[in-house]
Amino acid sequence: MRYIEPHAHMVSRTTDDYQALVMAGCRAVCEPAFWAGFDRSSVASFYDYYRQLTEYEPKRAARFHLPHYSWICINPKEAEDLVFAREVIQIIPKFLEKETVLGVGEIGLNKNSKNEVAILEEQVQLALDHDQLILLHTPHLEDKLKGTQLIVDILQQDPRVNPNKVLIDHVEEHTIRKVIEAGFWAGITLYPESKCTPPRAVDMLEQYGSSNRLWMNSACDWGVSDPLSLPKAILELRKRSFSEEEIDRLVYQNPVRFLKQSPKFKLDI
Amino acid sequence: MQDSANKPMLDLYFMDARSKLIDIAAFMDRIARNQQTDDYRYCAFVEALNCLNSENRAESVLNAFSDHSTIPSAIASPGPATGALKID
Ligand SMILES: [Zn+2]
Repeated sequence: MRYIEPHAHMVSRTTDDYQALVMAGCRAVCEPAFWAGFDRSSVASFYDYYRQLTEYEPKRAARFHLPHYSWICINPKEAEDLVFAREVIQIIPKFLEKETVLGVGEIGLNKNSKNEVAILEEQVQLALDHDQLILLHTPHLEDKLKGTQLIVDILQQDPRVNPNKVLIDHVEEHTIRKVIEAGFWAGITLYPESKCTPPRAVDMLEQYGSSNRLWMNSACDWGVSDPLSLPKAILELRKRSFSEEEIDRLVYQNPVRFLKQSPKFKLDI
Repeated sequence: MQDSANKPMLDLYFMDARSKLIDIAAFMDRIARNQQTDDYRYCAFVEALNCLNSENRAESVLNAFSDHSTIPSAIASPGPATGALKID
């Protein structure tokens, strides 16, 4: 069955994973810029990472006939040092012009600190100044509730922010309602241990799936994660009697409708 | 959206939930045997069990483990999130 993997950190994955994605029906993969699992030591390190996302990784994916798109930003986990983060932000605009870059992301919050908030606000401005889509990471575990509310508040304070062009990712049962009711898109991340299982994702889709502003993703990265979690969620949807048309809307048409707001995203419904 | 009235939810999920409930019981026995019941994570865990008596159980459990403050912190706390709020 066709689907989009709208959030995967493919630089951490093997070519076997690319092959498995394609064989499972994946039609495009989108890769937000994020933390490497360790703090980068220089602006040049970010520069090289952005080149990897925009030059090398699309070529690696193309060997498997899989379109690869990316999002560029400095992630919230490396935003605590304001001077350093602002130096990194300086080099982002030239990468936003690259032909496979869809927007600014995944920005957001990690520990809900003042400095993280400052860098989040500055990168929202960057996205608005360059008319970019915005992809937001919400914090993990005990910090998610507070972080999601702070993010929604920050976005709603700026009248230039168009909620149609913003997706707030990693929602769970205690945050999904506030994101959707505020008019933003919501992402459900299928991630072993710390986020959401396929049965819970389907529970949320039963309750909120008619909103049309939802996608699911694996967010697979360098940690314990599963690049095939989306096909597994498709199986769960079938067990729960969702029709094939409904499943196609959730795993293919919804992400395409969001992503096509960037003229660089080439797939059609 | 989906009419779930006639779906075999227990056929699909009972054995899995039963197994997870036994895992939780064994986890609590293990913590008790090792005298670690005063750890803040375990205290939060026991407190969150009360949410099983509420209506929106998953949402309530997640809320029980959450930081409910609303002001950004002065600095980012070191280390990864631990899953429960540590009150100093
Ligand atoms: Zn991510």
